[in-house]
Amino acid sequence: MIINHPLLGPRDAQEFTYLGDASLIHRPDWQGEDASGQFHDYLYLRDNPAGQHRELWFHEVGDRSWLVVTRNTLTHEISNVELARDVARREGRGK
Amino acid sequence: MLKLKSITPLGADEARVDRFTGLTITEVTERALVSLTARNDQADAIRDKARGLLGIDLPDIGDSAMGNTHSAFWIGPESWMIDIPYSGNEYLARQVKQAMGDSASVVEQTDGWCRFDLEGATMTSVLERLCNADSANLAEGAVTRTQIHHLGCFLWRQKDGFAVIGPRSSAASLHHALLQVAQSVC
Repeated sequence: MIINHPLLGPRDAQEFTYLGDASLIHRPDWQGEDASGQFHDYLYLRDNPAGQHRELWFHEVGDRSWLVVTRNTLTHEISNVELARDVARREGRGK
Repeated sequence: MLKLKSITPLGADEARVDRFTGLTITEVTERALVSLTARNDQADAIRDKARGLLGIDLPDIGDSAMGNTHSAFWIGPESWMIDIPYSGNEYLARQVKQAMGDSASVVEQTDGWCRFDLEGATMTSVLERLCNADSANLAEGAVTRTQIHHLGCFLWRQKDGFAVIGPRSSAASLHHALLQVAQSVC
């Protein structure tokens, strides 16, 4: 599988480490009143779609950047790759 | 009194040189390394400061800036490795941190890495058996991180050869891989 890195171009998937669902970007506020319930959902509840899936990949043997890869879990076709930093900022998670 | 003696990443007193027909593998020890990563929205600020401190422009993606003695290569988004002679620059990390202040994170990297320089006619033949980087088409100064012998290594195209910079704790494994392929190619 080839991942088209937004900065470095096509790279072999063996250079990357898979983390999981890109919703992990939305870590709950640990000081919130309902933090316990929020973290339960954050840790344990995942969608498991047969089709388009946004997921986090780490370019471990590369530039060490985190990516959000949109991959079809049925075909392994990758339709979009973005820096996770850009996604996080766009979704209001950047400081 | 303690009698401390520095050793090379391969555990010897002297840097090792291996010569093959059409290839020389030279262990390089006399380099100081420091990583420099811009904090949020500070990339332009540290470019200016690096120019003042090191006299080089921090390079773009996949590239390096090579001055007479001071070099820097790109290692990640808004992140660079500074590479200068060790002798006389033992406190490089401290100097860089003082110059950068809160605009960058600076980490001493000197003893985290080992370096082997490859020179000779067969160097690309050796590298294309070791990693999937397109070593034959890397322009002078280009740098990429790639996997050699299961190790994440920087592959840096120099004027006359390649520098392979890998994790120091696995220096012997990396050296073994280089020798093994060199023996089969040369």
